[in-house]
Amino acid sequence: MSRVNDVGGQTGFGPVVVEEDEPVFHADWEARVYALNIALVRRGVYTLDEFRDAIERMPPQAYLAASYYERWLHAIEVLTAERGDAERGGDE
Amino acid sequence: MSGEHTSSAVAARVRRLEERLIGEGLVTDGELDAVLTAVLEGASPLNGARVVARAWSDAGFRERLLADANAALPEVGLSMAGGLQEQRLKVVANTAGHHNVLVCTLCSCYPVALLGPSPSWYKSEAYRSRVVREPRAVLAEFGLELPDGQEITVWDSSAESRYMVLPRRPAGTGDLTEEQLAELVTREGLIGTAAL
Repeated sequence: MSRVNDVGGQTGFGPVVVEEDEPVFHADWEARVYALNIALVRRGVYTLDEFRDAIERMPPQAYLAASYYERWLHAIEVLTAERGDAERGGDE
Repeated sequence: MSGEHTSSAVAARVRRLEERLIGEGLVTDGELDAVLTAVLEGASPLNGARVVARAWSDAGFRERLLADANAALPEVGLSMAGGLQEQRLKVVANTAGHHNVLVCTLCSCYPVALLGPSPSWYKSEAYRSRVVREPRAVLAEFGLELPDGQEITVWDSSAESRYMVLPRRPAGTGDLTEEQLAELVTREGLIGTAAL
């Protein structure tokens, strides 16, 4: 079944908006989220596939309302919380 | 104003997350700083531009690049293995009759090592949904009007496979050095939303 992120060919998203001279990150927190994700994958806390999955299983309304790096933040929060739950549950 | 409030609320959320993860020993400040330094200083469209300039200057390199980009990149000191996992790279060449453009319809897959972090429009639902349905109209909005007879291929990137466009060499550049040629190459040219 297709998830909310599978938008190829859909209509209704409006024109493509291009920001002139766009910075790599729009706020310091975006840079921190970017770095956290890479560091956590490198450490093996979760995999890139798990990270993508955590974004793609966001409820559609939350996904569409979130900015790009807010989705990343959500995924990191979910995956690191799930990890903590698993440890407390004695799975490791 | 509400935007500022939202932004500071998110920033506080990130600080709490970061403090928790550092506290749990999952990351260190030093690691985070090193990641950012690497991406901000190392990954940039200048890399892709160097690849293109070499391909324009050296027919043998161009052939090797189009046949197996991962094997050819080390010739210019680059690699697709520097990130979290090695990605297969396919370089697709524009010709007089054929134009190429990149997208990732599912998320934001992009050859970061060669182009740097992607612009927001590349990650937007508008671009991802439309460029596969009406590429000619989307390219026209970017100012690239392609003649009706010109074929367009849209390459949908994935976790394992990335693409980069090899733009056509501009006319009248026969005397330029490789360094000068690289200066003509833009990020949008490497994505395919502009010609050079």
